[in-house]
Amino acid sequence: MKLDLLTSLYVFMLAAFIGFEVIRRVSPLLHTPLMSLTNALDAIAVVGAIILAGEFHSHGALLAKILGTIAIVAATSNIVGGFIITDRMLRMFKASGPKKP
Amino acid sequence: MISTAATEHIIEITYLIATALFILSLKWLSSPATARRGVFAGEIGMLLAVVGTLLHHGIVEYKWIFIALVLGAIIGVPLGEVAMTAVPQRTALSHAFGALCVTLVGTAEFYLRAPDVPPFMMGVLSMEVILGSLTFTGSLMAAGKLQEVLPQRPITYKGQNFVNLGLLGVAVVIAGVLVAHPEKTQLFPLIVGIPLVFGVMMIIPIGGADMPTVISLLNSYAGLSAAAMGFVLDSKLLIIAGALDGASGFILSVNMSKAMNRSFSNVLFGAFGQEQVAAAGGKEARAVRSATPDEAAGILAAANKVVIVPGYGMAVAQAQHKVRELYDALTKRGIDVKFGIHPVAGRMPGHMNVLLAEADIPYDKLLEMDEINGDFPQTDVALIIGANDVTNPAARTDHSSPIFGMPILDVDKARTVMVIKRSMAAGFAGIENPLYYLDRTLMLFGDAKNFVGGIVRELGGGHE
Repeated sequence: MKLDLLTSLYVFMLAAFIGFEVIRRVSPLLHTPLMSLTNALDAIAVVGAIILAGEFHSHGALLAKILGTIAIVAATSNIVGGFIITDRMLRMFKASGPKKP
Repeated sequence: MISTAATEHIIEITYLIATALFILSLKWLSSPATARRGVFAGEIGMLLAVVGTLLHHGIVEYKWIFIALVLGAIIGVPLGEVAMTAVPQRTALSHAFGALCVTLVGTAEFYLRAPDVPPFMMGVLSMEVILGSLTFTGSLMAAGKLQEVLPQRPITYKGQNFVNLGLLGVAVVIAGVLVAHPEKTQLFPLIVGIPLVFGVMMIIPIGGADMPTVISLLNSYAGLSAAAMGFVLDSKLLIIAGALDGASGFILSVNMSKAMNRSFSNVLFGAFGQEQVAAAGGKEARAVRSATPDEAAGILAAANKVVIVPGYGMAVAQAQHKVRELYDALTKRGIDVKFGIHPVAGRMPGHMNVLLAEADIPYDKLLEMDEINGDFPQTDVALIIGANDVTNPAARTDHSSPIFGMPILDVDKARTVMVIKRSMAAGFAGIENPLYYLDRTLMLFGDAKNFVGGIVRELGGGHE
């Protein structure tokens, strides 16, 4: 599944524009959870690491396995930790208004 | 058994759905009411993408993948459970982990492909490992400074920017050579190693007050390096996630640099934390008015409208729960209490909001600088807890002040200003604050937690 370079650049450009428009609307109130959430989403790099560690390589197999495995550990810790802390933070944000019992 | 081609299509579709969910995830973060749904969308997207990837036919060995996934989760859980005051260093650490992943994958990809690497591929691969490795060490340094295992004081020396930019320049030149001659594999370690050193050097001159900008900038770098990895691996999903993360970090960096009145190029070249040599000395003997907790409580009780301005000092003193009690005591008396939050209050963007939300203060009482500044002329009491430079009126009036032009909270327009402060020592930037010498200002000397506690006791009529 070869993606040509120009298509990649289009994808990047459009994603950057969407990113700017969507993130501009995030309330400054939530900028810390925003950063921890984007950090967790960014750890989608784990898919690259999984393929690197799991695929067959005719040469450099050991290097790919070692680096790929460490990379999976690093990215997974971001996914798990990032989602947990983002949710913990967001749970704390409560509106005033009718007092809860 | 499904055919290889069919599986590959299924995988691509999981990626497509994951991409949509990631964008929705950020969209739902726009308001606290929908934000948790956003996290859920992100989790589902992530799960889909990871499961989809595991279906990939090219994967011949699963053992290490699963061990690594479990190990990562084991490390990730405690990192998700840190105290709210420690969120900035946790965030810096996670930028480091993200960058580590990207750098390692990029390195392996180079050695798997060399010497047969087309120029464009070599270019993005270089960008991936350069940005990745400088973000890795830079973020570790930032985390160390935030955790206070490293000195927070900026360390500067002559020619620092020259050395730093020189290092980066050398790495870029070597990357250029590799683009032309990818068979010179012996050069590759240099475009990993030099940026690793650069990352350390970049953070050395940066002081604690600049951390919000630095964290945002590292966030942006981490995103861009992941997007570059997406180009290398031909992964649209990764390009998009990286672009979103990069855009987010960029927006936050611009916000932070605006809030500190620094030009963006100043931030980009890591030249912050420079102007610490402010005119300290001078007339120490100017008179200030001070008050005791019961006097302060009396003034607060007589007010109709109170704005509390918290700074990082409040968090250091662990005073946020006492502040919540004060908020309750005043609200019970029918006094309107709001909080004015400066964008750089705390150690990372939005940090102060999280600390106050943790203390159960309703988020609709937390107002950004632009929303609250118009309110100060009608405010009876502005109570400043552990904030200094962000309230300094010299930023508006004194052209010679190092912080001139920085947007501030206009607390000096309130009828009475009360400042809880340990002593008359200058703030982070070492700048004298004329606010403290105004006739309408009362200094409340003491530890923030104890002092606020004292006010609460007085308001409660002596019992508790």
